[in-house]
Amino acid sequence: MLLTGKARKFAQEDDINTDYIISGRYKFKIQDPNELATHVMEDLDPGFFQRRQDGDFVVAGQNFGCGSSREQAPQAIKYAKISAVIAKSFARIFYRNAFNIGLPLIECDTDQIKDGDELAVDLSQGLVINKTQNKRISIKPLPPVMLTLLSDGGLVEHIKKHKGFALK
Amino acid sequence: MTLGKTIIEKIFSRHTGKAVSANDIVVSKIDFCLGQDGTSGIVIDSFTRMGAEKVFNADKMAVIIDHSSPSPNEGVSRIHKKIREFSLGQKIHFYDVGQGVCHQIVPERGYVVPGDLVVGADSHTCTYGALNVAATGMGSTDVAACAATGQNWFKVPESIKFICLGKLPKGVYSKDLILYLIGQVGADGATYMSCEYTGPVIGALSMEGRFTIANMAIEMGAKFGIMNCDKKTIAWVKQHSKRKFKPVTADPDAVYNKVLEYNISKITPQIAKPHQVDNVCPLAEVAGTPIAQGYIGTCTNGRLEDFAEACKILKGRKIKKGVRLIVAPASNWILKDAMKKGYIAALLDAGATLVTPGCGPCVGTHNGVPSDGENVISTANRNFKGRMGNINAFIYLGSPATVAASVIEGKIADPRKYLK
Ligand code: SF4
Repeated sequence: MLLTGKARKFAQEDDINTDYIISGRYKFKIQDPNELATHVMEDLDPGFFQRRQDGDFVVAGQNFGCGSSREQAPQAIKYAKISAVIAKSFARIFYRNAFNIGLPLIECDTDQIKDGDELAVDLSQGLVINKTQNKRISIKPLPPVMLTLLSDGGLVEHIKKHKGFALK
Repeated sequence: MTLGKTIIEKIFSRHTGKAVSANDIVVSKIDFCLGQDGTSGIVIDSFTRMGAEKVFNADKMAVIIDHSSPSPNEGVSRIHKKIREFSLGQKIHFYDVGQGVCHQIVPERGYVVPGDLVVGADSHTCTYGALNVAATGMGSTDVAACAATGQNWFKVPESIKFICLGKLPKGVYSKDLILYLIGQVGADGATYMSCEYTGPVIGALSMEGRFTIANMAIEMGAKFGIMNCDKKTIAWVKQHSKRKFKPVTADPDAVYNKVLEYNISKITPQIAKPHQVDNVCPLAEVAGTPIAQGYIGTCTNGRLEDFAEACKILKGRKIKKGVRLIVAPASNWILKDAMKKGYIAALLDAGATLVTPGCGPCVGTHNGVPSDGENVISTANRNFKGRMGNINAFIYLGSPATVAASVIEGKIADPRKYLK
């Protein structure tokens, strides 16, 4: 699977929490994920939704997605047509939520990516290609459980298909 | 030679029927699962999309309406209605508006006991670790999978052992201790880990004080925050639950990722400054910062003992004019007890306002929203920008005593001077 798009970085790189990804103000009110997506990253970077383009990547530092367990966070990113989040590391609950709903997360050294860089991500080869800087960055391989969930199309499809858990 | 096991490795071994160790991936049965009004809408959607019809065991699931309770607008009302209909239809345990915060209700009504494995669609589910329960927050779809199958997959985490030596000084509470520890290790200092809190300081704490500590394990990124089961735990659980249980202790030769030892005897009241929970300093550094609103409540510090401590300071005194204090008991049981003890009357006399038992202004969805530029001093567990509903406000976190002292003066104040 090859994904291409522009890198979107924020002034704050580390510890971007789920309140910033989608504020509690909206997640309790809005049930339509497409509408929720219009508020993605709003408290951290007002106007982000208007600026981003389909297929872009959210790029961050350490501990992306820390804070609450709201699944609306990866959902808002996915419905904003962000193709993947690339970060140095992810918080645990966010990590599971993203794979459960089919939003790919990529762990790699994001110091080699600047805001606006053109990226191509090759998940099967485990590579991020920074076209702007002409660099190849290797991705931390995905655990087999995550690969199974992604290939089944998320947790709902996994449970439906196997009538329960069929991992390992 | 087999190596010793941590509490969490033992709980997973017991639940899977085989000896498992840190970093193993397991599919395990769970003992209980729960959701709240902000997350259960998606739990229901995912549950339905999985093709599930009945919850695996209606007695092992609870849904609590606590985050926006009572509903402030029609959007939330629609979600509440959906949750209410699902819960009543499935005959699971259901708590409607005004009964309390999920993390108070679940232990208080006796649903969880030592040695359990529990999953909740709320990040502070780790609170029950104070009862020697392996409890963790997950997203809605993960909880839907638990509800449908009674199982989920887990990576058995490595553990960090915190040894808290010494004695908490007067005017310094479990909230100060956990803020101090978070300041030491950072917001991602325990990511994916299980924190085992041990040592004489933990042993000396009441169960209420222990809940405060386990509650905030997630603020270091941890998956679990767990404690040993001692006499106090057993007495508390027996008082609240009829279920039989078997506590779990770590082996003396258990393997830890890290062992961190702290002498607590010299710590002072602590404050987490905006907008990060690990942005912690001694209160003295920010003393005098003006505040517009105080908040005592939440799953961290909305319990009887917290109101008792606040009353020690506020009884017979007045909140400064122009400053407001919002009080939200963590459950209706706590509200009734606090009324019996006269705490509520004392707080109202001081000028506080009482809101519905539940999350209150914690997450900024239905009341107590601060204005632009205002500083808030709160007993909650998070101070992220926008957390209380306004991105232009500033949230400082401290103990109930610190909040009480601060609303009297209208600025961040050290509670110890009121305790002589
Ligand atoms: S009181 Fe605050 S932290 Fe606790 S469950 Fe409610 S919103 Fe979450």
